[in-house]
Amino acid sequence: MHWTEYLPPLMQGAWVTIQLTFYSTLLGGLLAFAAGIGKISSNWAIKGVSVAYIEVFRGTSLLVQLFWLYFALPIAGMAIGLDLRLPPVVAGVLALSLNIGAYGAEVVRGAIQSVHKDQHEAARALNFTPRQTLWTITIPQAIPEMMPSFGNLAVQNLKDTALVSLISLGDLTFRAEQIRNFTQDSTTIYSMLLVTYFGMALVLTAIMRGLEAYVSRWRVARS
Amino acid sequence: MLFGYEWDLSSPLAFALSILPILLTGMIVTIQATVLGFFVALVLGLIWAVLKSAPSRFIAWPARVVTEFIRDTPLLVQLFFLYYVLPEFGIVLPAFLTGALALGIQYSAYTSEVYRAGIEAVGADQREAARALNFSGTHTFTHVVVPQAIPRIIPAMGNYLVSIMKDVPVLSVVTVLEMLNVAKIVGDRTFDYLVPLSMVGALYLIMTLVASAGVRLLDTWLPKQGIPLK
Repeated sequence: MHWTEYLPPLMQGAWVTIQLTFYSTLLGGLLAFAAGIGKISSNWAIKGVSVAYIEVFRGTSLLVQLFWLYFALPIAGMAIGLDLRLPPVVAGVLALSLNIGAYGAEVVRGAIQSVHKDQHEAARALNFTPRQTLWTITIPQAIPEMMPSFGNLAVQNLKDTALVSLISLGDLTFRAEQIRNFTQDSTTIYSMLLVTYFGMALVLTAIMRGLEAYVSRWRVARS
Repeated sequence: MLFGYEWDLSSPLAFALSILPILLTGMIVTIQATVLGFFVALVLGLIWAVLKSAPSRFIAWPARVVTEFIRDTPLLVQLFFLYYVLPEFGIVLPAFLTGALALGIQYSAYTSEVYRAGIEAVGADQREAARALNFSGTHTFTHVVVPQAIPRIIPAMGNYLVSIMKDVPVLSVVTVLEMLNVAKIVGDRTFDYLVPLSMVGALYLIMTLVASAGVRLLDTWLPKQGIPLK
């Protein structure tokens, strides 16, 4: 088999990897905001849940989380009489976004806390409610601070999607494995695989830089 | 039965307790892979850092491209690459060594940045002061820059040690019998994945909490003004 014949199945897998990265980064971003804001909440129940979520998912391995959702959760469901068998794609997206969300939550918390105290005092002086202060004063200023770290996390997430091939999801790595099993041409196929991931990471980095410039545009206008 | 330990399926608690020694056997392999991988990452990262700061750009540029490539490609794929491609060139390593090497290579891209950042964080005024005192370049580096860079480098390296530990389960795909792989085998044989995999999660949580506490403790102990090389 000529190496160009590997391209169609690899591109098919690359498309699955792109979709996985997109959905899990998006969902992970939402979780990051929820848990990051939850961690600095004054409500102890919300704070407790957020801290527990962040610690559990940052403290364990992604592969353990993935296997737990895919292999162990159905058995837990059976014990309580529910059908919790997840299709590989759901388990994959869920594990990836829960994992990246926990890391992102710390970024969100850090960025929110880095907003200057004067801003809070000014908001209070203007009679803003805490909720208004958070959404209209703190978060808009915190988002540009988060973006460099979010860019790194997005690339991390892209790399982590390779693990879903282990629960038989047909991503880029899975397709490459299939071709290798068929042709035994390890050197070519894995070199192509590495280069494809590298290319995708470069594109993702460029997209995240663009996004960073977009959310920071008011900073340029101000100075 | 695995590694000579029988399991007791009479109740989830009894099952959990009976497989604990089996999982601890796997945990030892996890720790060994972590330590070896970390060592490779420390040494290789230092080599990258030196090459990247080389005065000649024919050395610095390729080193930068290589580390960027390593950083942007998944550990799993690098592991497959080492495991299946190296033998084609006559280099046959045991799965454990290949795995530790893959971990070390992946994280060397990160540690090289830690070295660079640690050295750059030492202010230019320090170098100027050393020059004013007529220190030679080598003397400035070994007696002024490095002692002050070390307390900045060690905590960051500690965080990567914890990250490496969390990536060890990936080695299970090349048959390394680390903790997750052992739990998976127990699950395959008993048809109960819930208890073994939850146990692995809990053990991981304990391991990372202990390691993170150790890193924090180290951070408070390290003298901020620097560690003299004697």
